[in-house]
Amino acid sequence: MNQSDLSLDKQLILKADNLKQHYHVKQGLFKPDAVVKAVDGISFNLEKGKTLAVVGESGCGKSTLGRMLTMIETPTGGSLAHLGEDLLTLSADAQAKLRQKIQIIFQNPYGSLNPRKKIGAILEEPLVINTKLSKAERKEKALAIMAKVGLKAEHYERYPHMFSGGQRQRIAIARGLMLDPNVIVADEPVSALDVSVQAQVLNLMMDLQKEFGLSYVFISHDLSVVEHIADDVMVMYLGKVVEQGTREQLFENPKHPYTLALLSSTPQLSPDKRRVRIKLQGELPSPLNPPSGCAFHGRCSYANDRCKTETPLLRLDDQAEQEKGHMIACHAVEENRIETVAVGAA
Amino acid sequence: MSLLQLENLSVTFGNFRAVDNISYKVEEGEVLGIVGESGSGKSVSSLSIMGLIDFPGKVSADQLTFDNQDLLAMPEKQRRKLTGSDIAMIFQDPMTSLNPCFTVGYQIIEALKTHQGGSKKELKARAIELLKQVGIPAPESRLDNYPHQLSGGMSQRVMIAMSIACDPRLLIADEPTTALDVTIQAQIIDLLIELQRKKQMGLVLITHDLALVAEVAHRVIVMYAGQIVESGPASEVFSTPRHPYTQALLASLPESAAGKARLEALPGVVPGQYDRPLGCLLSPRCPYATDHCRQVEPANQGDLNRQVKCHTPLDSEGRPTA
Repeated sequence: MNQSDLSLDKQLILKADNLKQHYHVKQGLFKPDAVVKAVDGISFNLEKGKTLAVVGESGCGKSTLGRMLTMIETPTGGSLAHLGEDLLTLSADAQAKLRQKIQIIFQNPYGSLNPRKKIGAILEEPLVINTKLSKAERKEKALAIMAKVGLKAEHYERYPHMFSGGQRQRIAIARGLMLDPNVIVADEPVSALDVSVQAQVLNLMMDLQKEFGLSYVFISHDLSVVEHIADDVMVMYLGKVVEQGTREQLFENPKHPYTLALLSSTPQLSPDKRRVRIKLQGELPSPLNPPSGCAFHGRCSYANDRCKTETPLLRLDDQAEQEKGHMIACHAVEENRIETVAVGAA
Repeated sequence: MSLLQLENLSVTFGNFRAVDNISYKVEEGEVLGIVGESGSGKSVSSLSIMGLIDFPGKVSADQLTFDNQDLLAMPEKQRRKLTGSDIAMIFQDPMTSLNPCFTVGYQIIEALKTHQGGSKKELKARAIELLKQVGIPAPESRLDNYPHQLSGGMSQRVMIAMSIACDPRLLIADEPTTALDVTIQAQIIDLLIELQRKKQMGLVLITHDLALVAEVAHRVIVMYAGQIVESGPASEVFSTPRHPYTQALLASLPESAAGKARLEALPGVVPGQYDRPLGCLLSPRCPYATDHCRQVEPANQGDLNRQVKCHTPLDSEGRPTA
C-alpha cells in the first residue's frame, strides 16, 4: 500500500484484498475432491456513502461474494478489512461486533421474512440478540426506523403475508438498518419487484444512503438499475472480475468483450441508446470444469491462442491518464485487438 | 381478416374480474407486445385464448375468433385440435413447464404424435430437426436428456421447439425470457423473432420488460388491473404515451432518469381483488385524477390503431387534455 492510499483510509469503509471462496466437491470415494472456485481473487475499496455494484450472470459468484462480505461464509483466502480492522483474524467476539456494521438485504422478500413473526418482532430481533436495550427502547427504535422506510406505526403488529412485495422489501431494508450499519450488502434487492415498485424501493435506498451515509454493495444483473445507482462497478465472470471501474468508465467506455456483450444484450427503450448486438455463443461454462486460460474465451469473438492458454490478469488500462482505476482482464484489450463499437449504431 | 380477434373478452373468478372487457387483434406476421405489472391480467388473458382457464374461472367474449373460427362456440374436441398445433404457447419458467419424468425427446414427440402422427422413425427425425432449428448443439444426443440435465436457456429452447413443432400460425410467449440471464435472453429473443419472420407467424409477446417490447414489437398493448389502458404502434406508445399509466411506467425506468436523480415512482400498487376503486382503476395512483375520474369509468378513445382508456388523455407534450 502506498502513501496516497493511507490518506484515503479514513473514509475507506470496506477493503477487500484478493478474496477467495473455494468449495471442495466430493467426486466419489476414490477420486480427489474437485475444487469449485466460486470467487477467485477479488479486491475492491468501498468508501463511505458510495455504492459498489457487482454485475454478472447467474453462477458468476456475485452472491457468494455478498455472503463473504457479511461473514455468512468465511472466505477461504484473502483479507477483508472494515475501517482498517481485518475481519478474518479477529476473535469470535470482536467479529460478532463488527458483523453488526455490515448488514444484508436478500433478493426475495417473500422468502426472507419469517411468516410466523410480526413485523415488530422481526425488526427487534437483531436488537434482542446484539444489544441490551429494554423492551420499550427496542419498540421505540423499531418504530423510528419504520417511519424512515415509509411504513406506518400500525404495521408493527402485522404479519408479513399482509404486505405487498414492495412493502416487504421495505421491511427487509428496515431490518438491515436496525443496528446502525455502515455497509449494506443488497443482493438483487429489486429484481423480484415490478418496475413502478422497483422505482420506489430504489428511491428509498438512495434517500437512506444520503441520510445515514451508508455504503452499499449492490449485487444485480440488471445493468439499467446499476447504471442508475452505482458509483463504481465490478463485472464478474465465473468467479473472477473481468472489468472494474467507475460508472462513467464502465458505461461510457466499456472495454472488456464480456462487458460489451452484456451492455449490448440489455434491451434499450430509446433507439439511439441501442448498441450493435454482440451475439454471445453458448452459456456460462461449468465452474467445476472451467476452461483453460481466459474463462471467457469459448464465447469471445476476439479469442486467440494466447487467450486459450494464458489467464489474463486484471490490469490498469493505461491508455490515458483519465482512465485511472479502470481495470480490465483481457489479452485482446491489452493488445489493442478490439475495435470500438459506437452507441446507437444499431 | 385478422388471425386472432378478441372482442370484449372477460375472465372472471367468482366476483373477481381478472380480465375486464379487452379487445385486440393479431395479424399474420405481426409481433404484438403485451406489457403490464404483475396482477394486470396479461397471463390470464392469454391462457383464456389457449382454453386453459379451469373452473371456477369463466371466459366470456362477444367475439373470440382464430382465423374466422369461433373458439368459444366450437366443440371441445375441435378446439383441442387447434391448441398446440395452430395456436401454441411458451410458458414463463422453462424449468417447471417441462415434465421432469420424461426425456425431452419423448415430450417433443408427444406433441408431434398428438397432432400429426407418423412412424416412430419419422417422428424422431422431425424432433431432431426441430432441436436443430432452435440452435441446440448435438441434437441427436440431447433427445435422450431429461430436463434437469439442461440449463435454463437450453430448456427454453426445448420449449420453443415443442411449441413450433406443428408449425403454429399464432405463438403466444408468456414472459419467455424472464427467468434467464441477459445474454441468454438476447439469444432466445433473436431465435423467436427469426422463427416468427421465417414462418410469418403472429407472435404475442407478454412481458413486463418495456425495453424488450420497444425493441421487437410492432404493436403494443399496455394492461393495468385487467384492462387495456393503451394500445398502438410500439414506437408511438413509447415516444408519446397518451395514458398516465404508460407515462408513469416509462418514467419509473432507471434509464429514463438522468444521472443519480430520484426516479419518478408511481405511488401505491396495482389494486387487488378486494380494493378495486370506483371509476378509473388508476385514479388512486394517478397524478392527474379528478373527481370525475374517481366516479366514472372512462371509455376507450381513438380508433383500434391507437386507443386510450382515459378521461383526459395526454397530449404530445405529456400533459392531460382538459
